[in-house]
Amino acid sequence: MSKTSIDRQPNLSGSVEVLTARFPASDKVDAIEFDLQGGTCTVLTGPSGIGKTTLLRQIADLEMHGGEVFLGSVSQAQIPAPAWRRNVMYLASETGWWAPQVRDHFAVTDEILAMMQKFGMKPEKLNMLPGQLSSGERQRMALIRALSYSPQFLLLDEPTSALDHESVLKVEEVLTETKRAGCGMLIVSHDAAQVERLADAHIVMRARS
Amino acid sequence: MTIVLTPLELGLAVALVMLSASLSLFLSLGFHRNLLWAAGRMIVQLLLVGVLLRFVFQQNSAWLTILIFLAMVTAAAYEVGARQPHRLRGRWQFLISGVSVSFSTMVVSAFALLTVLGSRDWLEPAHALPIAGIILGTAMNSASIALNALLSNINNERVPIEAQLALGATRLTALSPLMKRAIRAGIIPVMNQMVGAGIITMPGIMSGQILAGQDPLEAAKYQIFLMLLLAASGTASVIAAVYLTALRFTDKRHRLRFDRIV
Repeated sequence: MSKTSIDRQPNLSGSVEVLTARFPASDKVDAIEFDLQGGTCTVLTGPSGIGKTTLLRQIADLEMHGGEVFLGSVSQAQIPAPAWRRNVMYLASETGWWAPQVRDHFAVTDEILAMMQKFGMKPEKLNMLPGQLSSGERQRMALIRALSYSPQFLLLDEPTSALDHESVLKVEEVLTETKRAGCGMLIVSHDAAQVERLADAHIVMRARS
Repeated sequence: MTIVLTPLELGLAVALVMLSASLSLFLSLGFHRNLLWAAGRMIVQLLLVGVLLRFVFQQNSAWLTILIFLAMVTAAAYEVGARQPHRLRGRWQFLISGVSVSFSTMVVSAFALLTVLGSRDWLEPAHALPIAGIILGTAMNSASIALNALLSNINNERVPIEAQLALGATRLTALSPLMKRAIRAGIIPVMNQMVGAGIITMPGIMSGQILAGQDPLEAAKYQIFLMLLLAASGTASVIAAVYLTALRFTDKRHRLRFDRIV
Protein backbone atom coordinates (compact mmCIF):
# COMPACT_ATOMS: atom_id res chain seq x y z
CA MET A 1 0.00 0.00 0.00
CA SER A 2 1.30 3.42 -0.91
CA LYS A 3 2.11 5.96 1.78
CA THR A 4 -0.90 8.10 1.12
CA SER A 5 -3.21 5.30 0.41
CA ILE A 6 -6.47 7.04 -0.39
CA ASP A 7 -6.77 8.89 -3.66
CA ARG A 8 -7.70 12.52 -3.38
CA GLN A 9 -10.13 12.63 -6.19
CA PRO A 10 -11.76 16.00 -6.68
CA ASN A 11 -14.82 16.75 -4.60
CA LEU A 12 -18.17 17.16 -6.28
CA SER A 13 -18.24 20.13 -8.57
CA GLY A 14 -19.52 23.36 -7.08
CA SER A 15 -20.37 24.00 -3.49
CA VAL A 16 -23.46 22.29 -2.14
CA GLU A 17 -25.28 24.45 0.37
CA VAL A 18 -27.46 21.90 2.09
CA LEU A 19 -27.52 18.28 3.18
CA THR A 20 -31.03 16.94 3.65
CA ALA A 21 -31.75 13.80 5.67
CA ARG A 22 -35.11 12.07 6.10
CA PHE A 23 -35.39 8.85 8.05
CA PRO A 24 -38.69 7.13 8.77
CA ALA A 25 -39.69 6.14 12.30
CA SER A 26 -38.46 2.74 13.47
CA ASP A 27 -39.54 0.50 16.36
CA LYS A 28 -37.03 2.31 18.53
CA VAL A 29 -36.93 5.94 17.46
CA ASP A 30 -39.20 8.64 16.01
CA ALA A 31 -38.84 9.81 12.42
CA ILE A 32 -35.97 12.21 11.85
CA GLU A 33 -35.90 14.93 9.23
CA PHE A 34 -33.51 17.85 9.03
CA ASP A 35 -31.56 20.13 6.73
CA LEU A 36 -27.91 20.78 7.49
CA GLN A 37 -26.81 24.04 5.92
CA GLY A 38 -23.19 24.57 4.84
CA GLY A 39 -21.36 26.77 7.36
CA THR A 40 -23.55 25.70 10.27
CA CYS A 41 -23.25 23.22 13.08
CA THR A 42 -26.01 20.93 14.27
CA VAL A 43 -25.47 18.98 17.46
CA LEU A 44 -27.18 15.63 17.86
CA THR A 45 -27.90 14.42 21.38
CA GLY A 46 -29.94 11.63 22.89
CA PRO A 47 -29.63 8.71 25.28
CA SER A 48 -26.96 6.05 24.72
CA GLY A 49 -28.06 3.29 22.38
CA ILE A 50 -30.77 5.38 20.69
CA GLY A 51 -28.95 5.20 17.33
CA LYS A 52 -26.96 8.43 16.99
CA THR A 53 -23.86 6.65 15.65
CA THR A 54 -26.00 4.54 13.32
CA LEU A 55 -27.65 7.69 11.97
CA LEU A 56 -24.26 9.27 11.21
CA ARG A 57 -23.06 6.05 9.55
CA GLN A 58 -26.21 5.92 7.45
CA ILE A 59 -25.79 9.51 6.32
CA ALA A 60 -22.20 8.63 5.35
CA ASP A 61 -23.59 5.58 3.49
CA LEU A 62 -21.51 3.17 5.57
CA GLU A 63 -24.65 1.37 6.64
CA MET A 64 -27.81 0.39 4.77
CA HIS A 65 -30.93 2.36 5.61
CA GLY A 66 -34.46 3.07 4.52
CA GLY A 67 -34.17 6.85 4.61
CA GLU A 68 -33.39 9.52 2.05
CA VAL A 69 -30.30 11.69 2.05
CA PHE A 70 -29.61 14.44 -0.46
CA LEU A 71 -26.71 16.73 -1.25
CA GLY A 72 -28.55 19.70 -2.66
CA SER A 73 -31.05 18.00 -4.97
CA VAL A 74 -28.89 14.95 -5.71
CA SER A 75 -29.68 11.81 -3.77
CA GLN A 76 -27.06 9.65 -2.09
CA ALA A 77 -27.67 6.75 -4.49
CA GLN A 78 -26.89 8.92 -7.52
CA ILE A 79 -23.37 9.70 -6.34
CA PRO A 80 -20.67 6.98 -6.27
CA ALA A 81 -20.09 6.04 -2.62
CA PRO A 82 -16.39 7.06 -2.45
CA ALA A 83 -17.23 10.52 -3.87
CA TRP A 84 -20.18 10.83 -1.48
CA ARG A 85 -17.98 10.03 1.53
CA ARG A 86 -15.29 12.50 0.51
CA ASN A 87 -17.97 15.19 0.64
CA VAL A 88 -20.01 13.87 3.54
CA MET A 89 -17.22 12.64 5.77
CA TYR A 90 -17.80 10.56 8.86
CA LEU A 91 -15.34 10.44 11.73
CA ALA A 92 -15.98 7.61 14.17
CA SER A 93 -15.37 8.04 17.89
CA GLU A 94 -13.00 5.05 17.74
CA THR A 95 -10.35 6.13 15.27
CA GLY A 96 -8.96 3.70 12.69
CA TRP A 97 -5.32 3.38 11.61
CA TRP A 98 -4.03 1.02 8.95
CA ALA A 99 -0.45 2.01 8.09
CA PRO A 100 2.73 1.71 10.21
CA GLN A 101 3.38 5.38 11.05
CA VAL A 102 0.96 8.25 11.62
CA ARG A 103 2.44 10.14 8.63
CA ASP A 104 1.64 7.20 6.33
CA HIS A 105 -2.06 7.97 6.60
CA PHE A 106 -2.09 11.27 4.69
CA ALA A 107 0.14 13.62 2.72
CA VAL A 108 1.89 15.82 5.26
CA THR A 109 1.34 19.41 4.16
CA ASP A 110 1.90 22.81 5.76
CA GLU A 111 -1.83 22.86 6.45
CA ILE A 112 -1.54 19.64 8.48
CA LEU A 113 1.46 20.95 10.41
CA ALA A 114 -0.39 24.19 11.15
CA MET A 115 -3.40 22.30 12.46
CA MET A 116 -1.16 20.13 14.63
CA GLN A 117 0.34 23.27 16.08
CA LYS A 118 -3.11 24.66 16.84
CA PHE A 119 -3.92 21.42 18.66
CA GLY A 120 -0.65 21.68 20.61
CA MET A 121 0.85 18.58 18.96
CA LYS A 122 4.50 18.39 17.96
CA PRO A 123 5.43 17.37 14.39
CA GLU A 124 7.43 14.41 15.80
CA LYS A 125 4.12 12.73 16.49
CA LEU A 126 3.90 12.08 12.75
CA ASN A 127 6.82 9.64 12.99
CA MET A 128 5.21 7.61 15.76
CA LEU A 129 3.16 4.47 15.44
CA PRO A 130 -0.57 5.17 15.92
CA GLY A 131 -0.51 2.86 18.95
CA GLN A 132 2.13 5.05 20.61
CA LEU A 133 -0.20 8.08 20.64
CA SER A 134 -2.61 8.60 23.49
CA SER A 135 -6.29 8.12 22.68
CA GLY A 136 -6.76 11.91 22.79
CA GLU A 137 -3.85 12.42 20.37
CA ARG A 138 -5.26 9.79 18.03
CA GLN A 139 -8.63 11.53 18.15
CA ARG A 140 -7.09 14.88 17.23
CA MET A 141 -4.91 13.36 14.48
CA ALA A 142 -7.94 11.62 13.01
CA LEU A 143 -9.80 14.94 12.97
CA ILE A 144 -6.85 16.60 11.24
CA ARG A 145 -6.80 13.73 8.72
CA ALA A 146 -10.51 14.22 7.98
CA LEU A 147 -10.18 18.02 7.73
CA SER A 148 -7.28 17.62 5.28
CA TYR A 149 -9.80 16.28 2.74
CA SER A 150 -11.80 19.54 2.95
CA PRO A 151 -15.20 17.82 2.98
CA GLN A 152 -18.33 19.89 2.46
CA PHE A 153 -20.03 18.22 5.42
CA LEU A 154 -18.49 16.59 8.48
CA LEU A 155 -20.22 13.99 10.63
CA LEU A 156 -18.36 13.83 13.93
CA ASP A 157 -19.14 11.15 16.49
CA GLU A 158 -18.09 12.46 19.91
CA PRO A 159 -14.95 14.12 18.52
CA THR A 160 -13.70 15.33 21.91
CA SER A 161 -14.66 12.42 24.15
CA ALA A 162 -11.03 11.50 24.97
CA LEU A 163 -9.76 15.07 25.50
CA ASP A 164 -9.07 17.26 28.51
CA HIS A 165 -10.92 20.57 28.79
CA GLU A 166 -8.11 22.67 27.32
CA SER A 167 -7.79 20.37 24.28
CA VAL A 168 -11.56 20.35 23.86
CA LEU A 169 -11.55 24.14 23.55
CA LYS A 170 -8.72 24.05 21.00
CA VAL A 171 -10.60 21.49 18.89
CA GLU A 172 -13.77 23.55 19.13
CA GLU A 173 -11.84 26.58 17.94
CA VAL A 174 -10.68 24.69 14.84
CA LEU A 175 -14.19 23.38 14.26
CA THR A 176 -15.57 26.90 14.46
CA GLU A 177 -12.99 28.08 11.89
CA THR A 178 -13.88 25.14 9.64
CA LYS A 179 -17.55 26.04 9.95
CA ARG A 180 -16.85 29.65 9.04
CA ALA A 181 -15.02 28.40 5.94
CA GLY A 182 -18.34 26.88 4.79
CA CYS A 183 -18.27 23.31 6.09
CA GLY A 184 -21.55 21.99 7.51
CA MET A 185 -21.21 19.84 10.63
CA LEU A 186 -23.32 17.30 12.42
CA ILE A 187 -21.79 16.48 15.79
CA VAL A 188 -22.82 13.85 18.32
CA SER A 189 -22.10 15.08 21.82
CA HIS A 190 -23.05 14.23 25.38
CA ASP A 191 -21.63 17.49 26.72
CA ALA A 192 -24.33 20.10 27.39
CA ALA A 193 -21.77 22.93 27.57
CA GLN A 194 -20.35 21.90 24.21
CA VAL A 195 -23.84 21.98 22.72
CA GLU A 196 -24.13 25.56 24.01
CA ARG A 197 -20.78 26.57 22.56
CA LEU A 198 -21.06 24.94 19.12
CA ALA A 199 -24.66 24.39 18.11
CA ASP A 200 -26.51 26.53 15.61
CA ALA A 201 -29.21 23.88 15.75
CA HIS A 202 -29.87 21.03 18.16
CA ILE A 203 -31.55 17.70 17.40
CA VAL A 204 -32.57 15.44 20.26
CA MET A 205 -33.19 11.82 19.37
CA ARG A 206 -35.94 10.35 21.48
CA ALA A 207 -37.11 6.80 21.97
CA ARG A 208 -40.56 6.07 20.59
CA SER A 209 -43.12 6.07 23.34
CA MET B 1 9.35 -54.50 -7.58
CA THR B 2 5.81 -53.72 -6.47
CA ILE B 3 4.99 -54.21 -2.79
CA VAL B 4 1.60 -55.77 -2.22
CA LEU B 5 0.34 -55.36 1.33
CA THR B 6 -1.47 -58.25 2.93
CA PRO B 7 -4.35 -57.75 5.39
CA LEU B 8 -1.98 -58.90 8.15
CA GLU B 9 0.49 -56.14 7.32
CA LEU B 10 -2.31 -53.55 7.29
CA GLY B 11 -3.40 -55.00 10.63
CA LEU B 12 0.06 -54.29 12.06
CA ALA B 13 -0.31 -50.62 11.07
CA VAL B 14 -3.72 -50.57 12.75
CA ALA B 15 -2.02 -51.91 15.89
CA LEU B 16 0.27 -48.86 15.86
CA VAL B 17 -2.75 -46.55 15.85
CA MET B 18 -4.28 -48.56 18.68
CA LEU B 19 -1.02 -48.06 20.59
CA SER B 20 -1.26 -44.27 20.02
CA ALA B 21 -4.86 -44.32 21.22
CA SER B 22 -3.81 -46.30 24.31
CA LEU B 23 -1.17 -43.68 25.07
CA SER B 24 -3.83 -40.97 24.80
CA LEU B 25 -6.03 -42.92 27.21
CA PHE B 26 -3.18 -43.68 29.61
CA LEU B 27 -1.90 -40.09 29.67
CA SER B 28 -5.45 -38.59 29.68
CA LEU B 29 -4.71 -36.64 26.49
CA GLY B 30 -8.29 -37.04 25.36
CA PHE B 31 -7.80 -37.62 21.65
CA HIS B 32 -8.14 -41.41 21.48
CA ARG B 33 -11.76 -41.40 20.35
CA ASN B 34 -11.11 -38.83 17.62
CA LEU B 35 -7.97 -40.66 16.50
CA LEU B 36 -9.75 -44.01 16.24
CA TRP B 37 -12.72 -42.41 14.48
CA ALA B 38 -10.43 -40.61 12.00
CA ALA B 39 -8.39 -43.75 11.36
CA GLY B 40 -11.51 -45.87 10.90
CA ARG B 41 -13.04 -43.29 8.60
CA MET B 42 -9.83 -43.07 6.56
CA ILE B 43 -9.64 -46.87 6.16
CA VAL B 44 -13.24 -47.11 5.00
CA GLN B 45 -12.92 -44.11 2.66
CA LEU B 46 -9.73 -45.30 1.01
CA LEU B 47 -10.91 -48.90 0.60
CA LEU B 48 -14.15 -47.67 -0.92
CA VAL B 49 -12.34 -45.32 -3.25
CA GLY B 50 -10.00 -48.16 -4.24
CA VAL B 51 -12.96 -50.34 -5.15
CA LEU B 52 -14.67 -47.43 -6.92
CA LEU B 53 -11.58 -46.49 -8.93
CA ARG B 54 -11.00 -50.09 -9.96
CA PHE B 55 -14.57 -50.15 -11.31
CA VAL B 56 -14.20 -46.75 -13.03
CA PHE B 57 -10.89 -47.71 -14.63
CA GLN B 58 -12.49 -50.86 -16.01
CA GLN B 59 -15.42 -48.87 -17.49
CA ASN B 60 -13.05 -46.27 -19.01
CA SER B 61 -15.95 -43.88 -19.64
CA ALA B 62 -15.39 -40.13 -20.11
CA TRP B 63 -18.84 -39.38 -18.65
CA LEU B 64 -18.16 -41.39 -15.56
CA THR B 65 -14.82 -39.58 -15.13
CA ILE B 66 -16.55 -36.20 -15.38
CA LEU B 67 -19.22 -37.30 -12.93
CA ILE B 68 -16.65 -38.38 -10.37
CA PHE B 69 -14.68 -35.17 -10.89
CA LEU B 70 -17.84 -33.15 -10.20
CA ALA B 71 -18.45 -35.14 -7.03
CA MET B 72 -14.89 -34.44 -5.90
CA VAL B 73 -15.27 -30.69 -6.61
CA THR B 74 -18.58 -30.60 -4.69
CA ALA B 75 -16.97 -32.24 -1.67
CA ALA B 76 -13.97 -29.87 -1.87
CA ALA B 77 -16.25 -26.81 -2.17
CA TYR B 78 -18.07 -27.90 0.97
CA GLU B 79 -14.86 -28.65 2.86
CA VAL B 80 -13.35 -25.19 2.14
CA GLY B 81 -15.90 -23.59 4.45
CA ALA B 82 -16.61 -26.54 6.72
CA ARG B 83 -14.38 -25.65 9.67
CA GLN B 84 -14.14 -21.87 9.28
CA PRO B 85 -14.94 -19.74 12.34
CA HIS B 86 -16.41 -17.14 9.94
CA ARG B 87 -17.89 -17.89 6.54
CA LEU B 88 -20.21 -16.34 4.00
CA ARG B 89 -23.88 -16.79 4.71
CA GLY B 90 -26.12 -19.12 2.72
CA ARG B 91 -25.02 -20.70 -0.53
CA TRP B 92 -22.31 -18.10 -1.22
CA GLN B 93 -19.52 -19.84 0.69
CA PHE B 94 -20.17 -23.05 -1.24
CA LEU B 95 -20.53 -21.27 -4.60
CA ILE B 96 -17.38 -19.17 -4.27
CA SER B 97 -15.35 -22.11 -2.96
CA GLY B 98 -16.68 -24.32 -5.75
CA VAL B 99 -15.88 -21.80 -8.47
CA SER B 100 -12.38 -21.18 -7.09
CA VAL B 101 -11.30 -24.78 -6.61
CA SER B 102 -12.98 -26.13 -9.76
CA PHE B 103 -11.66 -23.34 -11.98
CA SER B 104 -8.05 -23.76 -10.82
CA THR B 105 -8.22 -27.56 -10.85
CA MET B 106 -9.78 -27.77 -14.29
CA VAL B 107 -7.36 -25.35 -15.91
CA VAL B 108 -4.23 -26.88 -14.36
CA SER B 109 -5.37 -30.51 -14.81
CA ALA B 110 -6.28 -29.88 -18.45
CA PHE B 111 -2.91 -28.24 -18.99
CA ALA B 112 -1.11 -31.22 -17.45
CA LEU B 113 -3.11 -33.85 -19.25
CA LEU B 114 -3.13 -32.15 -22.65
CA THR B 115 0.51 -31.10 -22.71
CA VAL B 116 3.24 -32.66 -20.65
CA LEU B 117 1.57 -35.95 -19.79
CA GLY B 118 0.57 -36.27 -23.46
CA SER B 119 -2.34 -38.49 -22.65
CA ARG B 120 -3.99 -39.51 -25.89
CA ASP B 121 -7.30 -39.86 -24.18
CA TRP B 122 -7.10 -37.09 -21.59
CA LEU B 123 -10.32 -38.13 -19.91
CA GLU B 124 -8.98 -41.63 -19.35
CA PRO B 125 -9.81 -42.06 -15.65
CA ALA B 126 -6.49 -43.67 -14.65
CA HIS B 127 -4.75 -40.43 -15.63
CA ALA B 128 -7.37 -37.76 -15.10
CA LEU B 129 -8.69 -38.68 -11.64
CA PRO B 130 -5.42 -39.00 -9.72
CA ILE B 131 -4.06 -35.80 -11.26
CA ALA B 132 -7.29 -33.88 -10.63
CA GLY B 133 -7.47 -35.31 -7.09
CA ILE B 134 -3.98 -34.14 -6.11
CA ILE B 135 -4.52 -30.71 -7.65
CA LEU B 136 -7.97 -30.34 -6.13
CA GLY B 137 -6.63 -31.18 -2.67
CA THR B 138 -4.06 -28.41 -2.84
CA ALA B 139 -6.55 -25.92 -4.30
CA MET B 140 -8.95 -26.74 -1.47
CA ASN B 141 -6.37 -26.40 1.33
CA SER B 142 -4.98 -23.16 -0.05
CA ALA B 143 -8.43 -21.58 -0.50
CA SER B 144 -9.51 -22.71 2.95
CA ILE B 145 -6.47 -21.20 4.69
CA ALA B 146 -6.73 -17.96 2.69
CA LEU B 147 -10.44 -17.49 3.39
CA ASN B 148 -9.94 -18.18 7.08
CA ALA B 149 -7.25 -15.47 7.15
CA LEU B 150 -9.31 -13.00 5.13
CA LEU B 151 -12.56 -13.26 7.09
CA SER B 152 -10.83 -13.30 10.49
CA ASN B 153 -8.73 -10.27 9.57
CA ILE B 154 -11.70 -8.27 8.27
CA ASN B 155 -13.54 -9.11 11.46
CA ASN B 156 -10.60 -7.97 13.60
CA GLU B 157 -9.78 -4.88 11.56
CA ARG B 158 -13.22 -3.46 10.93
CA VAL B 159 -12.39 -0.05 12.45
CA PRO B 160 -9.34 0.73 10.24
CA ILE B 161 -11.11 -0.59 7.13
CA GLU B 162 -14.15 1.58 7.76
CA ALA B 163 -11.92 4.56 8.55
CA GLN B 164 -10.52 4.25 5.03
CA LEU B 165 -13.97 3.83 3.47
CA ALA B 166 -15.17 6.90 5.38
CA LEU B 167 -12.33 8.89 3.82
CA GLY B 168 -13.48 7.87 0.33
CA ALA B 169 -11.40 4.75 -0.31
CA THR B 170 -12.92 2.12 -2.59
CA ARG B 171 -13.63 -1.29 -1.14
CA LEU B 172 -10.69 -2.90 -2.94
CA THR B 173 -8.30 -0.17 -1.79
CA ALA B 174 -9.42 -0.57 1.81
CA LEU B 175 -9.29 -4.36 1.71
CA SER B 176 -6.21 -4.82 -0.45
CA PRO B 177 -3.63 -5.21 2.39
CA LEU B 178 -5.84 -7.85 4.03
CA MET B 179 -6.44 -9.58 0.71
CA LYS B 180 -2.71 -9.70 0.02
CA ARG B 181 -2.04 -11.12 3.47
CA ALA B 182 -4.73 -13.75 2.98
CA ILE B 183 -3.36 -14.71 -0.43
CA ARG B 184 0.14 -15.07 0.98
CA ALA B 185 -1.16 -17.17 3.88
CA GLY B 186 -2.95 -19.47 1.43
CA ILE B 187 0.16 -19.99 -0.65
CA ILE B 188 2.53 -20.67 2.28
CA PRO B 189 1.74 -24.43 2.52
CA VAL B 190 2.51 -24.94 -1.19
CA MET B 191 5.74 -22.98 -0.80
CA ASN B 192 6.72 -24.99 2.27
CA GLN B 193 5.96 -28.17 0.41
CA MET B 194 8.27 -27.13 -2.41
CA VAL B 195 11.20 -25.90 -0.31
CA GLY B 196 11.03 -28.92 1.98
CA ALA B 197 10.63 -31.47 -0.83
CA GLY B 198 13.35 -34.11 -0.74
CA ILE B 199 15.12 -32.57 2.27
CA ILE B 200 12.55 -32.44 5.01
CA THR B 201 9.84 -34.59 3.47
CA MET B 202 9.81 -37.27 0.82
CA PRO B 203 6.83 -36.20 -1.29
CA GLY B 204 3.97 -38.68 -1.47
CA ILE B 205 3.87 -39.22 -5.21
CA MET B 206 7.60 -39.78 -5.44
CA SER B 207 7.58 -42.16 -2.49
CA GLY B 208 4.62 -44.01 -3.99
CA GLN B 209 6.31 -44.41 -7.33
CA ILE B 210 9.59 -45.59 -5.78
CA LEU B 211 7.67 -48.10 -3.67
CA ALA B 212 5.92 -49.21 -6.85
CA GLY B 213 9.28 -49.93 -8.47
CA GLN B 214 9.88 -46.73 -10.47
CA ASP B 215 13.43 -45.43 -11.01
CA PRO B 216 14.05 -42.70 -8.33
CA LEU B 217 15.18 -40.08 -10.85
CA GLU B 218 12.10 -40.62 -12.99
CA ALA B 219 9.96 -40.49 -9.85
CA ALA B 220 11.67 -37.22 -8.88
CA LYS B 221 10.93 -35.68 -12.29
CA TYR B 222 7.31 -36.67 -11.98
CA GLN B 223 7.16 -35.15 -8.51
CA ILE B 224 8.76 -31.91 -9.73
CA PHE B 225 6.18 -31.68 -12.48
CA LEU B 226 3.33 -32.24 -10.04
CA MET B 227 4.64 -29.76 -7.47
CA LEU B 228 4.81 -27.04 -10.09
CA LEU B 229 1.22 -27.83 -11.02
CA LEU B 230 0.22 -27.63 -7.37
CA ALA B 231 1.87 -24.23 -7.01
CA ALA B 232 -0.08 -22.98 -10.03
CA SER B 233 -3.42 -24.40 -8.91
CA GLY B 234 -2.95 -23.22 -5.32
CA THR B 235 -2.20 -19.70 -6.51
CA ALA B 236 -5.16 -19.57 -8.90
CA SER B 237 -7.55 -20.99 -6.34
CA VAL B 238 -6.44 -18.61 -3.58
CA ILE B 239 -6.62 -15.50 -5.74
CA ALA B 240 -10.07 -16.40 -7.09
CA ALA B 241 -11.43 -17.30 -3.64
CA VAL B 242 -10.07 -14.16 -1.95
CA TYR B 243 -11.26 -11.73 -4.64
CA LEU B 244 -14.73 -13.26 -4.93
CA THR B 245 -15.13 -13.34 -1.14
CA ALA B 246 -13.95 -9.74 -0.76
CA LEU B 247 -16.49 -8.65 -3.38
CA ARG B 248 -19.28 -10.58 -1.69
CA PHE B 249 -18.35 -9.24 1.75
CA THR B 250 -18.82 -5.70 0.43
CA ASP B 251 -21.43 -4.16 -1.84
CA LYS B 252 -21.60 -1.73 -4.73
CA ARG B 253 -21.83 1.17 -2.28
CA HIS B 254 -18.43 0.09 -0.91
CA ARG B 255 -19.82 -0.91 2.49
CA LEU B 256 -18.69 -3.82 4.64
CA ARG B 257 -21.55 -6.31 4.83
CA PHE B 258 -21.22 -8.11 8.13
CA ASP B 259 -24.79 -9.31 7.61
CA ARG B 260 -23.41 -11.57 4.89
CA ILE B 261 -21.19 -13.66 7.16
CA VAL B 262 -21.88 -16.07 9.98
